Amino acid sequence: MYRTYRTLTRLITSSCQTASSKRTVLVVSRALYSTPSDVDKPNFPGSRSQFVSTPTFLDPDKMDGINVYRVLNQEGYLIDDLQDPKLEESVVLKMYKDMTLLNTMDKVLYDSQRQGRISFYMTNYGEEGTHIGSAAALNPQDLVFGQYREAGVLLWRGFPLQQFMHQCYGNCKDIGKGRLMPVHYGSKDLNFVTISSPLATQMAQASGAAYAFKRKQNGLCVICYFGEGAASEGDAHAAFNFAAVLNCPVIFFCRNNGYAISTPIKDQYRGDGIASRAPGYGMLSIRVDGNDTFAVYNATKLAREMAVSQNRPVLIEAMTYRIGHHSTSDDSSAYRSVEEVSYWDTMDNPIARLRKYMINQKLWDEEKEKQWKLDARKMVMKSFATAESEKKPNPDTMFEDVYDEIPSNLLQQRNEMKTHVKQYKEQYPLEHYEAMS
Amino acid sequence: KNMAHKLRSVRLAANTLTFLSQKSSLLYQTIVSARCMHFNYFPDTPAREHGETTRMNLFQSITSALDVALAKDSSAVLFGEDVAFGGVFRCSVGLKEKYGADRVFNSPLSEQGIVAFGIGIALTGATAIAEIQFADYIFPGFDQIRNEAAMYRYRSGNEFNCGKLTIRTPCSAVGHGSLYHSQSVEAFFAHCPGVKVVIPRGPIQAKGLLLSCIQDDNPCIFLEPKIMYRSAIEEVPTGHYTLPLSKAEVVLEGTDVTFIGWGTQVHVLREVAALAQQKLNVSCEVIDLCTILPWDKETIVKSVNKTGRVLISHEAPITMGFGAELAATIQQECFLHLEAPIERVCGHDTPFPHVFEVFYLPDKWRCLEAVKRLISY
Repeated sequence: MYRTYRTLTRLITSSCQTASSKRTVLVVSRALYSTPSDVDKPNFPGSRSQFVSTPTFLDPDKMDGINVYRVLNQEGYLIDDLQDPKLEESVVLKMYKDMTLLNTMDKVLYDSQRQGRISFYMTNYGEEGTHIGSAAALNPQDLVFGQYREAGVLLWRGFPLQQFMHQCYGNCKDIGKGRLMPVHYGSKDLNFVTISSPLATQMAQASGAAYAFKRKQNGLCVICYFGEGAASEGDAHAAFNFAAVLNCPVIFFCRNNGYAISTPIKDQYRGDGIASRAPGYGMLSIRVDGNDTFAVYNATKLAREMAVSQNRPVLIEAMTYRIGHHSTSDDSSAYRSVEEVSYWDTMDNPIARLRKYMINQKLWDEEKEKQWKLDARKMVMKSFATAESEKKPNPDTMFEDVYDEIPSNLLQQRNEMKTHVKQYKEQYPLEHYEAMS
Repeated sequence: KNMAHKLRSVRLAANTLTFLSQKSSLLYQTIVSARCMHFNYFPDTPAREHGETTRMNLFQSITSALDVALAKDSSAVLFGEDVAFGGVFRCSVGLKEKYGADRVFNSPLSEQGIVAFGIGIALTGATAIAEIQFADYIFPGFDQIRNEAAMYRYRSGNEFNCGKLTIRTPCSAVGHGSLYHSQSVEAFFAHCPGVKVVIPRGPIQAKGLLLSCIQDDNPCIFLEPKIMYRSAIEEVPTGHYTLPLSKAEVVLEGTDVTFIGWGTQVHVLREVAALAQQKLNVSCEVIDLCTILPWDKETIVKSVNKTGRVLISHEAPITMGFGAELAATIQQECFLHLEAPIERVCGHDTPFPHVFEVFYLPDKWRCLEAVKRLISY
């Protein structure tokens, strides 16, 4: 029986290879399906596997966790010289400056929310390395879908400080026309899709965009950032599965920072993080030290090459820690200890690690650090003041962009709003807005 | 079950006979279906300027529209559950063979994934035509439609949009579809600024409106009344043509009562108009709304101001159905012209039942009774 089976298999293979006779394949396939059940390999269409004669359960608890890829140790030294990304000095400097500039902006905008000057803010503390390391490894034309804690990617691509501020103030210079809450950035020019609040919705959209890129054969990929909490949404499942089945050049970049607002990972999942899910989807995956900018850079660069050359999705799980509160509406001391936060802030911080590397390499020193801190703060404060002085957009514009053209019902509602506001003008803060037409 | 079925067949056959014996000129145009259906299809006449025609049913006219769209725009892709082999309703037969497996392809079984994937494609400027197998199963994609597709352009300040997305889905009663193969979902989406919601009443309209949706630069939901896929047959232009969105169509002129409906229900209302003429000597104007959002207020108001009486009818449940929006707007715009309270004859506020379908639907007899109420008020 075994011999017969092998012969049949060989016959099928050779028939397929020569493609000379589809009919032969069909006949032989039928013969194969009609063989008794003692053949040594299952014929089920749904799996590729062998039969076993004892009940064998896979126990994830007995498997080792996926290793964490690291390039720099905590003292900023290369662990393996072969892993040196060999970045130009100017690139390393830009990485460091963008991370620290983001950090400075975070501090100023966080405080400004506390003072009631903007309505909401979310900092990026502790995760700056994941943003900058990955952004630096991409082609600037690659399309980015984010969650909301990826401002560093935009900064790396050249989004001006001023535009961040305009968005947070929702003023008339905001690209988004003041419609979204603060930190919901977007830029067509920089290929950064506008952030939206519903979690994980961007994920299967990223797969779709990557599919369109593949058809265009433009040599680009899509990168999609999300947190480990968002990975629990149904959209994440759809995104992974669609990307794998439809062979989409997309990099899924998970920021696993240990918390989704107050929910620790033990309440979020039971498996080995997010990276371990990838094999189940037939997807390439890697886990990296998210506080090691070079490890993130190297992994993203390789992922990009694989995604584009093989038209396959790749999952990167960057292990990190959310040092700041979830947002300005959250006090994280209600669910985690100050000591825990302090450890990551002082002992394992992406900015500090890169600074140590630069000092080791004589690229940076205390004097430069001091001067840059002053300069960065000055730039942030200047753009902050400018944004604060701008008016909000003309209220008329509230009715635009719902559709490509304003339909008649919205034209009517706009006229009603304008008539009403003119009649009750003392009841509305018109002085803060550009004049209505 | 067989007994109930037989009884219903007998009853419907009796209805048909009654109609035939009355020999109304309108009835000559109807195709009396061999199947047990709650309506008779009134074929449309193709516009001369739309060129050569051939006989098509609704699913064939959808295929024809998709064929034209794929031929015209090389960026266009068609995907969803089971579309590659031709679709469970045969709407995409032959298209994979003609345009390639990268343009007409199966998706994994996930509606939220299908809608999101389509949004992503449209975001790059390519044309995405997504199929949801039944409108009843569009709800897993609701978040993607409502929070994402509908708001993309607005929230980004027009930096990004998914205007090139069209979602097609079979909808409405089919005789035995029960809870999850019968739903009319339009009202859920009528409350979502940013999307367009369109529903045709037959093959000519389906092709022209679907091509408009595909070309329109806004995300569109195109609802296909599945009971007409095979039963509605007429001469359909074979080439490219479009019909305007947000434009209602007066399909029958009248002076006494305005009927408003869409999809299959337009045909029910046309029968009711014939009945009302014969039995009550009432002249009814029948309007097919065609586009649910943004809808054509002007055509409706003009008609109601003329007739002073309104019957709105849809298969979906009455409470918060789209008829409620129409009625509220009509009473505001036409208050001084109204001679009677606006009548709504709709599905009941229950899930869509299996064996009770004939009692659930807003059939011609329920509508006729409403006409009596309107004229005797």
